[in-house]
Amino acid sequence: MTPVLLWTDALVFLLVACGIASGIYISRREYLLASWHRVGESRAGMASLTLLVAFVVVGLLDSLHYRPRLEAASGQPGGYSGEVRSLLDVLLQPLRDGTEKTYSAPLAAHLYARETVELPDGSQARVFPRLKHGGAHLADVEAEWGRDVTLRTLRGAALAVLAGLTFVALAVLFAARRWGTGWQAAWRRIRRGETRFAWHAALAALGMLLLLAGPALSLAGGYHVLGTDKVGQDVLYLTLKSIRTGLVIGTLTTLVMLPFAVALGLVAGYVGGWVDDLIQYLYTTLNSIPGVLLIAAAVLMVQVAIDMHPDWFATAAQRADARLLALCLILGVTSWTGLCRLLRAETLKLRELEYVQAAQAFGASAARILGRHILPNVMHIVLISVVMDFSGLVLAEAVLSYIGIGVDPSTISFGTMINTARLELAREPVVWWSLLAAFVFMFVLVLAANLFADAVRDAFDPRLAGSRRSLPGKMA
Amino acid sequence: MLAYVVRRLLYAIPILIGVNLLTFLLFFVVNTPDDMARMQLGIKRVTPEAIANWKAERGYDKPLLYNRNAEGAARVTNTIFFEKSVKLFAFEFGRADDGRDIGNEIRTRMGPSLAIAVPTFVLGLLVTVSFALLLAFFRATYLDFWGVVLCVAMMSISSLFYIIGGQYLVSKVWHLVPISGYAGGLDAMRFLLLPVLIGVAAGIGSSTRWYRTIFLEEIGKDYVRTARAKGLSELAVLFRHVLKNALIPILTGVVVVIPLLFMGSLLTESFFGIPGLGSYTIDAINAQDFAVVRAMVFIGSVLYIAGLLLTDLSYTLVDPRVRLQ
Repeated sequence: MTPVLLWTDALVFLLVACGIASGIYISRREYLLASWHRVGESRAGMASLTLLVAFVVVGLLDSLHYRPRLEAASGQPGGYSGEVRSLLDVLLQPLRDGTEKTYSAPLAAHLYARETVELPDGSQARVFPRLKHGGAHLADVEAEWGRDVTLRTLRGAALAVLAGLTFVALAVLFAARRWGTGWQAAWRRIRRGETRFAWHAALAALGMLLLLAGPALSLAGGYHVLGTDKVGQDVLYLTLKSIRTGLVIGTLTTLVMLPFAVALGLVAGYVGGWVDDLIQYLYTTLNSIPGVLLIAAAVLMVQVAIDMHPDWFATAAQRADARLLALCLILGVTSWTGLCRLLRAETLKLRELEYVQAAQAFGASAARILGRHILPNVMHIVLISVVMDFSGLVLAEAVLSYIGIGVDPSTISFGTMINTARLELAREPVVWWSLLAAFVFMFVLVLAANLFADAVRDAFDPRLAGSRRSLPGKMA
Repeated sequence: MLAYVVRRLLYAIPILIGVNLLTFLLFFVVNTPDDMARMQLGIKRVTPEAIANWKAERGYDKPLLYNRNAEGAARVTNTIFFEKSVKLFAFEFGRADDGRDIGNEIRTRMGPSLAIAVPTFVLGLLVTVSFALLLAFFRATYLDFWGVVLCVAMMSISSLFYIIGGQYLVSKVWHLVPISGYAGGLDAMRFLLLPVLIGVAAGIGSSTRWYRTIFLEEIGKDYVRTARAKGLSELAVLFRHVLKNALIPILTGVVVVIPLLFMGSLLTESFFGIPGLGSYTIDAINAQDFAVVRAMVFIGSVLYIAGLLLTDLSYTLVDPRVRLQ
């Protein structure tokens, strides 16, 4: 196999590196750490952070890509498959390969549609045929199905409880060591929520997550836990793959727009004069085009460019990835204006403060004042708007993909899932599981992001509660 | 007042020119008309004649900015830039790919768009402001807490699910109203009820939370304490003082949207099959009809700028402290 580094992968890992670096930077400075401690004290914040970490782990596993080696034909050097896979695909191999013919309900052993089959005696009958993978290990479905599902659920739950207890034990031992108490005392404090960090909230969220994931994984060995879609793909696999797309859109977009927003906002506020006028003109112009339409126009253009130059990309995955990156760039271009305006206003205020005037009196250059004195004092605004934007962007992706100006149709995302499944509720009988799965996963991701954003906002700046940004998701 | 309006309108001109240049860049320079033609006609097996034909039909066969072959003023006017971009200022949008006049289409589709957007907007504003007032009245109680939790949960649901779920429940399971479609006159009521309700529901979460913070900020101010101290009941304080003063920040967010109501809602209209401007835009995007997208971009920015102007004017109406200079 040969590793493949897609553009978005590279940026995702850059982002992770930035995160680790700033984590180290912050952990060495008491005054920066204080605000993060307040986030840690928030119960909703820590519970949602736990869920977000789980999502991020799935997303990161899905960001390590490779191309499998093809079986070498006799005498010829083996090439590499045109298909790009990720580490998550390897872990979910049975789900990925276990495709059925068409729809099947969650945990079903039969297809959802009748088919005409030839019976051994030569006559034909309309029956629900057995699935190739879901419940294929059962000899007699009616007799064994209930027992098998219960057993697998219980086994998964037992494993989940075991894993959960391990985590709790680790946390208790860690806490006991830190506080210098016995483990009983540490456990009591954690259980009653008497700790400064909201340990119990994080552990409770982790426990619930494990209790859902354990049985699901255990059942996934023999069934399609969330059913299959129209072309027989496992819905659980699709939803897990969608997570990366959502995370990429939510984070890379901000990564792309941050440099513009911060640099232009600070310069406009500090320098003033015609520079300020120019930057204000720039963002008013960009802002005055309705977001959805600007995105539509830009995505159409990107699509034309990609279609005109098929030679740019070695594989379909790279082409889809280019479109995903382009979408991030475009969303970034349309969404930096709000933050830029906030930063400009804040810089205007800071510029007049004594410490900035003192720096000016010492003869510090404008670049130094901006970098050393003003930037650190607006970072909380940047941070808050980054976390607040995330959920909006995840929601926007679904809407844009539905309109047809989102990710490439071959990219698995919540938007494409909803788009392919939206007519299924009109079917008779109703196919509800694809939509429900997309709904639940997206809801949990966005809800966790919203709650975490609130915790961060409350910790860093209670006064900024009023800032409202416009994102395409809200407009539509 | 008049001088102020005139000056603001003059400010809008460079912004509109900027929007125009940006769309021109996007639609004609980044991707040439040749690319567009190939895209429309299919990438493989397309002859140069077919491309030339396609371009000539739509007037894309002219030079971009400067026509060397023409005489006099036509050197500037007989170009793509003048024909396609400058004429937008006169609201001449040209023809769509299906040959229909875009301006005409926009005028007929405006009605259905407004028929949905205006009731959704008014009803949504009423519902969210009253809900936020309720939460502010019961602040720091369980009602407030669970209200906010409900808002956050509602914010976290994609608008797609409001529409899909609403259509499924109300139309398919309960058979209360038709799933989609549109009719003129009073008959439209049946078709509009569901989209309007869904639009209101989808907006409740974020707006309520936002208005609630405004109300709470206002409630903490000194004049509210004074009003309570002179013996006013909490309800009187809330309605007579807090609501009035909180209107100022609410106006900032609300008035700017009013002109944009003309544009319709992309999602609602396409899901419910309402022949408004939103579904027109979506159809154009899906058919890659660049002329229509360009026209909608231009109209959208004109309406946005109008919204900014209206916001500033409405300030002077509600807040006597603001003076126009």
